[in-house]
Amino acid sequence: MADKLSEIKFTLQPAPEPNAGQSDGNSCCCIPQPLEAEWSGGVLQTPAGPVCRVSTELTRKDLWGRFKCRVSSFRDSYTVPPGLYAVGEPGIGPDGGSDIFVSANYKFSFDMLRRELHGMNAWILALDTKGINVWCAAGKGTFGTDELIKRIGAASLAKAAGRGRLILPQLGAPGVNATGVRRATGFRLSYGPVRAKDIPAYIRAGYKADRDMREVKFGVLDRLALSPMEIIPAMKRYPLFALITLLIFGLAPQGIIFKDAISGGLPFLLYGLISVLAGAFLVPVFLPFIPFRSFAVKGWITGAAAFVITARTFAFFPYSGPIGPNILFWADLVFFPMASSYTALQFTGSTTFTCISGVKKELKAALPVYIASAAAAVVLLAIYKLLVWRLL
Amino acid sequence: MRYITSGITLTMLTDKCTGCGMCMEVCPHEVFKAEGKRVVIAAKDRCMECGACELNCAFGALNVSKGVGCASALIKSMITGGEPTCGCSGTSGNCC
Ligand code: SF4
Ligand code: SF4
Repeated sequence: MADKLSEIKFTLQPAPEPNAGQSDGNSCCCIPQPLEAEWSGGVLQTPAGPVCRVSTELTRKDLWGRFKCRVSSFRDSYTVPPGLYAVGEPGIGPDGGSDIFVSANYKFSFDMLRRELHGMNAWILALDTKGINVWCAAGKGTFGTDELIKRIGAASLAKAAGRGRLILPQLGAPGVNATGVRRATGFRLSYGPVRAKDIPAYIRAGYKADRDMREVKFGVLDRLALSPMEIIPAMKRYPLFALITLLIFGLAPQGIIFKDAISGGLPFLLYGLISVLAGAFLVPVFLPFIPFRSFAVKGWITGAAAFVITARTFAFFPYSGPIGPNILFWADLVFFPMASSYTALQFTGSTTFTCISGVKKELKAALPVYIASAAAAVVLLAIYKLLVWRLL
Repeated sequence: MRYITSGITLTMLTDKCTGCGMCMEVCPHEVFKAEGKRVVIAAKDRCMECGACELNCAFGALNVSKGVGCASALIKSMITGGEPTCGCSGTSGNCC
């Protein structure tokens, strides 16, 4: 896996700034690195310099890269060099006039686009979004009016490809002011469909997107695909949680007692896992079916249910220790559903319908509760320990 | 699916709107609807405050305080005091 990763990284290193003004073949915008990549399909000579042609087939390596983007931070360095690319045999030069599709330089986004352009003659203009997808980059403004104007200039777009229709992904609209771009560059912008797979239908319909193509969906498969990116960051904190748990349960006036650490800590460790799973997997997947609109509340309910079910299934109650089972139960009940709630709240960042005003409201209500719950859990645990040590 | 909608900031100055329809093109949640030659806000509670409509309305008829509806970005900005920005790179266009 590791060598595969370094291989892709090597071949997809961003090239230096595209310098399309130079016509010397060796200083092409995309030579040498992308040319070596499997998705490259040769070089096209234009009046503004050579341009790389990309294939519309995704190779196994592309698909593997896509998978890794779903599950790891690999996606943070999965880029293509920004600049102009050709698909098929687009019209070259100022009279070219083929469609120009604008994309991000996140290779995942770029791949989705080129795959849908199969059989077409068109251009792709990849903006420098620092390897971030269109939607996020538009929110940040890196997929934005200024970058688009700059990139049109840097690629000498009118000279290389003519004044074809500039088609932007609709999800880029939060960053791009279409009127501003037209005024600055003379290019006419159209917003294409939300999903690249609708591009052929969009073109067939005479560059019109119907309501369905304009709407962002958030189905169960989308949510399932996003859950690894919820689970993995949450699990990164798990070792620390486990260590603290074992310390708390093992700690005795005589020192750390291993037997106690394991027997007392085990249910805790399991609850920890369950609460992450509830917040980062069950809530995203069953989102529409869990009552209430607030993600924090959804998370709390799911976490509480998962906690009770786990506790009953494994018959952790009453705890085997001589004292304090009830105190521990309350500490658990205060802490674990809260952890699920916090984890579920993070999912607001991945959804396509949560507005910032709503998240603000939710946080304002939830944060004090989180802080109070955490404090209460600590106090309860302390009382439990003192009881066990017979100091109370 | 609906989120907490009571605070949504989207507003329209109807006398500035020319009915050009640009907002309907860019909105990912079908918030706008054509009514004869005019365009109206038909489903404000679907708005996710992405800001696309305001930025692309050439006549300044729309107003929305744009932002990412992302809890971790907001928490980060509370701690650091900065603007809430999305720290992720995300996939498939669904991201904070
Ligand atoms: S973009 Fe602006 S002017 Fe055009 S229909 Fe929408 S609100 Fe009216
Ligand atoms: S802010 Fe975004 S979601 Fe809300 S109405 Fe405007 S375009 Fe639609």
